[in-house]
Amino acid sequence: MHKLSGLNDFVVRFANVNGTGSASANTMFAKAIFRMGIPVSPKNIFPSNIQGLPTWYEVRVNDRGYLGRRDGIDVMVSVNPQSMKKDIAAVKAGGYFLYDNTKALPNELHRDGIHYLGVPMMGLCMEQFTDPRQRQLLKNMVYVGALTALLDIEVEVIQQIIREQFKGKEKLVNPNFEALQLGMQYVQEHFEYPLDLKVERRDLVGDRILIDGNTASGLGALYAGATVAAWYPITPSTSLVQAFEKYANKLRIDPVSGKKNFAVVQMEDELAAIGVVLGASWNGARAFTATSGPGISLMGEFLGLAYFAEIPTVLIDVQRGGPSTGMPTRTQQSDILAAAYASHGDTRHVLLFPSTPKECFDFTADAFDLAERLQTPVLMMTDLELGMNDTMSEPLTWDENRQYDRGKVLSESALEEMTTRFGRYKDVDGDGIPYRTIPGAHPTKGAYFTRGTSHDEYAGYTEDATVYQASVERLLLKWETAKSIVPAPEQYQTSYQSNLGILFFGTTTQPALEAIDLLREEGIELDAMRVKAFPFTESVRHFLENHDQVFVVEQNRDAQFRSLLVNELEINPKQLTKILNYDGFPITADFISTSILERVHALKAV
Amino acid sequence: MSFIRPTFRHPDLPTNKIGYSRQDYEGALSTLCAGCGHDSVSGAIIQACFDMAIEPHRVAKLSGIGCSSKTPAYFLNNSHGFNSVHGRMPSVATGANLANRDLMYLGISGDGDSASIGMGQFVHAIRRNLNITYILMNNGCYGLTKGQDSATADVGSVNKSGHANQFSAIDMAGLALEMGATFVARSFSGDKHQLIPLIKAAMSHPGFALIDVVSPCVTFNNNPGSTKSYDYTRDHIETTAAMDYVPYQSEITAAYDEGNSVDVALHDGSFIQLHKLSPNWNPFDRHLAMNRVFEAKVKGEVLTGLIFIDQNHPDLHAMLDTVATPLNQLEQRNLVPGAGVLEGINAGWR
Ligand SMILES: Cc1ncc(C[n+]2csc(CCOP(=O)(O)OP(=O)(O)O)c2C)c(N)n1
Ligand code: SF4
Ligand SMILES: [Mg+2]
Repeated sequence: MHKLSGLNDFVVRFANVNGTGSASANTMFAKAIFRMGIPVSPKNIFPSNIQGLPTWYEVRVNDRGYLGRRDGIDVMVSVNPQSMKKDIAAVKAGGYFLYDNTKALPNELHRDGIHYLGVPMMGLCMEQFTDPRQRQLLKNMVYVGALTALLDIEVEVIQQIIREQFKGKEKLVNPNFEALQLGMQYVQEHFEYPLDLKVERRDLVGDRILIDGNTASGLGALYAGATVAAWYPITPSTSLVQAFEKYANKLRIDPVSGKKNFAVVQMEDELAAIGVVLGASWNGARAFTATSGPGISLMGEFLGLAYFAEIPTVLIDVQRGGPSTGMPTRTQQSDILAAAYASHGDTRHVLLFPSTPKECFDFTADAFDLAERLQTPVLMMTDLELGMNDTMSEPLTWDENRQYDRGKVLSESALEEMTTRFGRYKDVDGDGIPYRTIPGAHPTKGAYFTRGTSHDEYAGYTEDATVYQASVERLLLKWETAKSIVPAPEQYQTSYQSNLGILFFGTTTQPALEAIDLLREEGIELDAMRVKAFPFTESVRHFLENHDQVFVVEQNRDAQFRSLLVNELEINPKQLTKILNYDGFPITADFISTSILERVHALKAV
Repeated sequence: MSFIRPTFRHPDLPTNKIGYSRQDYEGALSTLCAGCGHDSVSGAIIQACFDMAIEPHRVAKLSGIGCSSKTPAYFLNNSHGFNSVHGRMPSVATGANLANRDLMYLGISGDGDSASIGMGQFVHAIRRNLNITYILMNNGCYGLTKGQDSATADVGSVNKSGHANQFSAIDMAGLALEMGATFVARSFSGDKHQLIPLIKAAMSHPGFALIDVVSPCVTFNNNPGSTKSYDYTRDHIETTAAMDYVPYQSEITAAYDEGNSVDVALHDGSFIQLHKLSPNWNPFDRHLAMNRVFEAKVKGEVLTGLIFIDQNHPDLHAMLDTVATPLNQLEQRNLVPGAGVLEGINAGWR
């Protein structure tokens, strides 16, 4: 029978039951390969449930550093009888099915063309360990041991990870070592090992880290000087605020008093969470909230107020599958339009699109500078895939010379020296951005009345048509200013090589870059652009206008990003071809390249 | 439209301890209906702040949406104001307070704003003992949208259009007690002798201080049959205790019967002197207070005065254990753990 082979190039999927402790064993597996200097890309696929339903963890191992998800499973590690049938079907022909054969596999689960590797995981644990809960947990280590032998993972690397994992709980190290050994030994005694699918130490990781985007974003907020975080729990954003709080509890404690240089409040809902952000920012603190789709809908009214009353607002949207409660534990990029134009009336907001944990960190920090500079909401649009999966990334860095940009704030002395009347909404500098004051700044100058009703340059209520119109037009001028300070797109060529282009953003980046390589092998050359922010800069227009066809790759049904491009840049929609994935799983390079290939052939046929 | 008052100040105007005249506490001219209860409440706020010699710029005034919520434009011109969105002032005030614990926060709301659309935020701000003076201008109706019944309208109360309310009324003072409010008072816009000292006491209270002020809407709910009219309120008013707000203990002069008078020391050094009208009333007993409020409701009385006070409950900052320095005054060097620390964090993710 055909056997799959591949050196540092395969996909392993673990089929588990959630709540059984498999997550930490799976992470150890991925980390061990990472520490062998080989790029890995793990993805969690989990249900919206706490215990008892199937979860999967998929690890792509790839020498060339492709981090996107790849179709097809080379090795399935199956410890969940519930999903076994499906899991067997998912294995590529010639691939491997590693399972617990403590109980024999029913006949109907036999499939031709794949290799079954039965290891009595539970049976081995029953013999070796007495505590039932421990047996359950250590069973996971048995399959890690089996994989260690099968895939030729360096056992010392795994052992080191186990030691680190149980630092402070040394009692647990030995049982884990034993379980690891049981798995390895069983494989060594029963199968030919290692398989032709295996790993070999490389030096391809460098100083990179394996971190989830939410943690990186939380750290970004910490370094950016956020002192107020308000939130309401919602997957997949919850871990972001929790990461902020966890690190703040270590790193933001006043050395003298032992008290906290920050406040995190879990509010009663998302309306209240964003309300806190507005109130704190208005009052001169750096504040943020994080949420996902349903929360964005609830925050709409306040986002309009922040836009119109010009209050810096930082909001991180970790997108998930919509609409409504949708697929809360699956990924999508489907809040683009809801975020760009959130709220009633004419509103538009600055969006940032990170594609790596490092960018989650950097863009979160940038969001605070941009929000205060522009006095407007800035929404960082990440998603479940980036937020909740350990992703290989450049290390996080902080430039010690970086100074926060607190924007145009009049200090007490600046107010004291002022000879003219302070006008909160007066465009003094001609860039559409007025000056603001912080409550309490000065006894007699600088107070103003913040309102969501139409206002004149002095923040006074007005129904005067001309004054109102001038005020909303000034916001457009500010929007123009925004274009010059948001992160510029990344170009992947110094000059255009092709009449075909591909445009992508956020988590679509990794698979898109891989797809470009795949298409090149097919003789199709694409110019590429990765957009990092909305409003779109002139370079985005230039890219679109200088290609006959641009493939816009995104993860939603309605081509929301393409709509934004068409609407904002008045591009002929026919020039922009939709490449859409919206099944809730991260988009793959194969999907992108095949879709583009089809379109290119169709174009040629015309 | 708001009108700016002339800034001319008469040299002989009396000034307070910090040299400000009453005029320094005023705002733009009101655009509310003549006779609206809310304007009297604004007047009481101005008087209280003047008497207490509060620096206006040390106050932040916040509101939701409604006629009542417009009033912050009509007092304390030298304070920053924030007219937010309908029912959501408590969250904005929470954020503002977290950013700077050193300012005084004055929240203004209406019964529509707090008892309907903003009910969630109202009760949760109370649960957190947010340090704010929360003045609820309660007229039993939605003034700004032309007189619909609000959730505080009593059963059977008849509004201007002749409609009698059928739905159970929410007693905001009772609700606040239930939610754990640490200062609960009720008053009447037409009784400034009671309202002004209550506002002073509320502003001195280190936690959530609710004053539910019956504040009649002359345009939509001041007709016979309404239980939030001037006449009804005057006829049914009941008071827990007469009270004086005494800025400093040394100034206590009036002598009252032993046993009938309670002094409540406030944290800022001031005092409330309560002259009990009923001997078995006790402002420190939440349980009693709840019973009394409920009793009054059943009898159709408007129970006013200080109903309950607990000065020792930690406020939100204390519960969150934040530093004494206002968070908005921490500098970058206090906030950035440094590039070296980040390298250490990176190492943990390898
Ligand atoms: C989200 C939203 N819904 C509805 C309104 C319309 N609205 C404005 S004021 C108001 C009621 C105000 O009632 P209340 O708080 O009692 O204030 P009053 O005018 O009686 O002082 C309503 C429903 C609004 N501004 N926002
Ligand atoms: S409508 Fe009623 S509440 Fe509004 S201003 Fe007039 S009297 Fe006051
Ligand atoms: Mg009302």
